[in-house]
Amino acid sequence: MAKSYYDPADLRKFGEITEWSEELGEKFFDYYGKVFEEGKLSAREKSLIALAVSHVVKCPYCIDAYTKDGLQRGITKEEMMEAVHAGAAIESGATLVHGVQMMNKYKKLSM
Amino acid sequence: MTTKSLSARNNELSNPVKQLEFLSNGLFAEGELPTFKNKLEKSDDAPLKPKKLEILQLNLGYMCNQVCSHCHVDAGPDRKEIMTVETMQHCLEAIKKTGAHTLDLTGGAPEMNPNFRWFVEEASKAGIKDFIVRSNLTIIVANKKYYDLPEFFKKHNVHVVSSLPFYKREKTDKQRGEGVFDKSIKALKMLNEVGYGKEDSGLKLDLVYNPSGAFLPTNQEAMEHDFKKALWEDFQIEFNNLFAITNLPISRFLEYLIASENYEDYMYELVNAYNPSAVKNVMCRNTLSVSWDGWLYDCDFNQMLELKVASKVKHISNYDEAALENRNIITSQHCYGCTAGAGSSCQGSVA
Repeated sequence: MAKSYYDPADLRKFGEITEWSEELGEKFFDYYGKVFEEGKLSAREKSLIALAVSHVVKCPYCIDAYTKDGLQRGITKEEMMEAVHAGAAIESGATLVHGVQMMNKYKKLSM
Repeated sequence: MTTKSLSARNNELSNPVKQLEFLSNGLFAEGELPTFKNKLEKSDDAPLKPKKLEILQLNLGYMCNQVCSHCHVDAGPDRKEIMTVETMQHCLEAIKKTGAHTLDLTGGAPEMNPNFRWFVEEASKAGIKDFIVRSNLTIIVANKKYYDLPEFFKKHNVHVVSSLPFYKREKTDKQRGEGVFDKSIKALKMLNEVGYGKEDSGLKLDLVYNPSGAFLPTNQEAMEHDFKKALWEDFQIEFNNLFAITNLPISRFLEYLIASENYEDYMYELVNAYNPSAVKNVMCRNTLSVSWDGWLYDCDFNQMLELKVASKVKHISNYDEAALENRNIITSQHCYGCTAGAGSSCQGSVA
């Protein structure tokens, strides 16, 4: 058993989750594969969305995977960083928009 | 950025025996990953046999004006291995009688061989359908004695295949050396000016893309589209096709993989991407590689690993195509590089 919660080598074992629940595992990977195919959005655009979300959900495996995916697709580091900022902006916005709740409560409680 | 070959640095990896040992140890010796031979056996492809010869590839020498960090030849200005006129004569004899439709000259920078032009003139007389010279582009602008190479290529209807790892300066220069991108663009413009890469000119100019790091190339067509768009918009440069080539884990790219601690992940990726349909068309099955000193190999990579063909005919001086077609192809773990995903060859994807 590893002494840390995250091991980079675990990413390549991801497919093994199917071994303990074949049907659900296969359904998940079929779905996952389908999502990232060319569609109304290009596979390139989806790769950048995945990279942004990877940061927001703070998944180190996903960050490794979609940084490499971006490199393979010829996505530049500037494009990758802009995507990360898009994710970060939504995340900080999600925090800040609660400021309205704070203001509402403040006003309600104040004479 | 590397400035000297592994050979000049006396690096352990300049020894092919050490490279092959490394590629057989660790993950493969411990059974964590299957050897290439195991994989071939599982897909009923062992032993790997040649098909009809289509491409004769000659390495005119390891000397090069560049020291690219991924170079599988370990080429550079410090390499003195150059094909002699005597070996070229043997090659010409083989070219006259070969059934191959493609003659492919490579290096190093093949143009740096002092007898390069004479050899091209002689070889072009054999009337081989597709006559390729692999040019690194910067050689064309390296010295005024090379400035007329585009005209020379045109005169002999040479098909030019050139490396350009990316359509942006930063990545190209990081892999191939400072200033390489600008020089490559200048050389591409010179080639375009004499008609190369232009529609209907009949003068073919193909580019080679290889990843600038420890990752596999993506879809060749998608990459070609991006290259064409960027090179046209930024520089009004035209070319015919893009070949996406996977970096094989040998020589300087192997050195990089080990030093950057990417070796294990890269090998996992290659093995997991093993594609039996790429094996059907892998280039060692339709190609023969001839070294600067006339020895015969299944491919350019086996040449660098000094794995001579498993045939009684081992040298260009007693070339016998029929005898060579009966050989078994020699493989090791580096071969996973040619069978991953869409496959990889000197002509790009194969599956």
